Amino acid sequence: MLRTPLVRRLANSAHALARPTPRARTLSVAFSTSRPAASKAPAAVPFTSDKFPELVRDSRFGSVTPEHVARFRDITGDVDAAVISAGTNTAQELDVYNEDWMRKYKGRTTLVLRPKTTQEVSAILRYCNEHTLAVVPQGGNTGLVGGSVPVHDEIVISTVRMNAVRSLDEVSGILTAEAGCVLEVLDLHLRERGFCMPLDLGAKGSCNIGGNVASNAGGLRLLRYGSLHGTVLSMEVVLADGTIMELGKPLRKDNTGYDLKQLFIGSEGTLGMITAVSILTPPKSSAVNVAMLGVKSFAEVQEAFRRARLELGEILSAFEFFDRTCMDLVKRHLPIREPLETKSPFYVLIETSGSNKDHDDEKLATFLERLLEEEVVQDGALASDTAQAHAMWNVRESITEACSKEGGNFKYDLSVPVPQLYAIVDAMRARLADLGLLRSDSAPTAPVTNVVGFGHIGDGNLHLNLTTTGWTRELNDAIEPFVYELVQARNGSISAEHGLGLMKAPYLEYSKSPEAIELMRRVKAAFDPKGILNPYKYFPRQ
Amino acid sequence: MSALRILVPVKRVIDYTVKIRVVNGAVDTNVKYSINPFDEIAVEQAVQMKEKKLASEIIAMTVGPTKSAETLRTALAMGADRAVHIEVPEGTEVQPLQVAKIVKAIVEKEKPGLVLLGKQAIDDDSSQTGQMLAGLLGWPQATFASKIETAGEKLTVTREVDGGLETVSASLPAIVTTDLRLNTPRYASLQNIMKAKKKPISTISVKDIGVDITPSIEIISVSEPPKRVGGGKVADVDELISKLKAAGAI
Repeated sequence: MLRTPLVRRLANSAHALARPTPRARTLSVAFSTSRPAASKAPAAVPFTSDKFPELVRDSRFGSVTPEHVARFRDITGDVDAAVISAGTNTAQELDVYNEDWMRKYKGRTTLVLRPKTTQEVSAILRYCNEHTLAVVPQGGNTGLVGGSVPVHDEIVISTVRMNAVRSLDEVSGILTAEAGCVLEVLDLHLRERGFCMPLDLGAKGSCNIGGNVASNAGGLRLLRYGSLHGTVLSMEVVLADGTIMELGKPLRKDNTGYDLKQLFIGSEGTLGMITAVSILTPPKSSAVNVAMLGVKSFAEVQEAFRRARLELGEILSAFEFFDRTCMDLVKRHLPIREPLETKSPFYVLIETSGSNKDHDDEKLATFLERLLEEEVVQDGALASDTAQAHAMWNVRESITEACSKEGGNFKYDLSVPVPQLYAIVDAMRARLADLGLLRSDSAPTAPVTNVVGFGHIGDGNLHLNLTTTGWTRELNDAIEPFVYELVQARNGSISAEHGLGLMKAPYLEYSKSPEAIELMRRVKAAFDPKGILNPYKYFPRQ
Repeated sequence: MSALRILVPVKRVIDYTVKIRVVNGAVDTNVKYSINPFDEIAVEQAVQMKEKKLASEIIAMTVGPTKSAETLRTALAMGADRAVHIEVPEGTEVQPLQVAKIVKAIVEKEKPGLVLLGKQAIDDDSSQTGQMLAGLLGWPQATFASKIETAGEKLTVTREVDGGLETVSASLPAIVTTDLRLNTPRYASLQNIMKAKKKPISTISVKDIGVDITPSIEIISVSEPPKRVGGGKVADVDELISKLKAAGAI
């Protein structure tokens, strides 16, 4: 009973684009993490130090010399792949590491190091610390806040060549992997063995697990499996002075002393460089269902969520929402078919994962029927096979890509109590309209073309995206810090999952008290006395 | 409205995204199942014809164990009016000739003017049921359809053939097997899934049909394709050439 894979037949047909293929979800990811607008030559990315002249280079840091480069070649065994330097490589080769994928930030580094082992990382950092050379640890470089690229000429230390899976305990599901393992590669590795990664995000095709942990990435499965603070059991790090440390043990329970690894989760490369992590991975679900719902108002989105938690219980694995404008943008820019026949102001994507298909099917069907009968939702569709399930996810996951095709983006990733989540979007629209900056019939040339909201309802996480005709200081000042004030007034967080990086560092005080920020600085000084790790970021300027 | 009645035989198969595994000489069946994608296209075609008032009734049918009823519910949610489930014991293999004979029995009972079905099932890739059914019934057949038009008792079908497209016409009643490009099946809306629950499925034991389902072909063994062996890297052209020579490739 061997099967000719339908996939191949789909790929051969002109119809393949219109019909969702099982790879659709992965493909859209690959596209969205590659540099956008490859067809038309994009404008050069401006240097961060030109765009923000107030970010003055710290004169304590040394500059890279040929002697330094020679020493780094020694450390890495003189492997060509390990050293990319201005002397031997082209500017384009360095750009890959200097520019962030949003094309908003660009550093001027002349040296990228790609070590293969923890020992090499240790020797590199020890040398940098001795010579006061600033460094930026970098993973897949898919960050959204400019945290993974240099501001000036900091040396980039990339994890990409440290990509071995060290072990998987098939009883407990504890995976130990090096920092440069690509998230999707790990997920596939686990799935072949009956497990899956506890996190999933749009950039999974390029992002590295070390970077995920360093930036405390959230993503689509957080509702079900919790944050990395719970699933990361231990890690191997290299401190600024080159000391290699094992923080914690790959155990579920370990109450001995301060849990130092927690400090590294979300430290964004400011305390040390993560070289390997042990993560507790859940068994993969054999039964997955996906449904998309059309909802009249945000109040009903919340009601649907409340009911989903109540009635679907342990099988609920994702509850995502997006507004009508998101659907319009996705349809405008991508070959995607709308799953529902009628239009609604809001859409909800529900995923259930469990081990018993009949049980899950029945539970979900009963739940959806009730929502429809009680008019909590006005329309909905249930994926009848995996292809349709992927196609529904593809709508949600393509929003970011569609926004970037619409024009220049301002992106905010906010944590807000769920009842007030969408009020942020409404308030932003109202302010921009008042200032005459929001495009409408009466303001046909205004710079902001769309204000959209989508995100993870289950986690109280709103992605607020603005599509514009391009970045200007005036527009920036109209939006920031206003957006952060909105969040502060609602007791939210200015960064739910993207981190602080360069973009949000100045606004940390909207989420943290002065006392807490001061304590953070003391922690930083204890780990990295010379301040060589990822400078200019994470903290407000003093 | 046309009085055309359409019969759509559908098959429950392993979902096409599932990686097939062979365990102890048999395909691992503890995986996700879905409606055969080509049959789903046939259902969509029938529903579109009914929406255009070119058909009066759509009957979905399947041959399979109890769980195959799921596949009929999918067809009903897409827009079929009622369904017939020819039930066989769990684990019974029914081969294309026997399926064709069962469908023939249902055709004689329901008297459809058109039988629409997928060009093949993606599990056994036989691509035989439609053709055998046409032979058994003595009806005209149009296989691998990428476009179907009806006008009265006349049927015009565009077929995908190796060299391009071929347009054929036939008179009803007829058999048409559907190819990938015919349409993109719709999502089943919640409203229609609910309505589908109230639509009738008549379940008939295969014994009562009077068709002998003993397989006419014996499967001797089932095995996975050989595992791909990992490659290696060579430093330069000379090494490549010496390796190729060692492998006897040049």
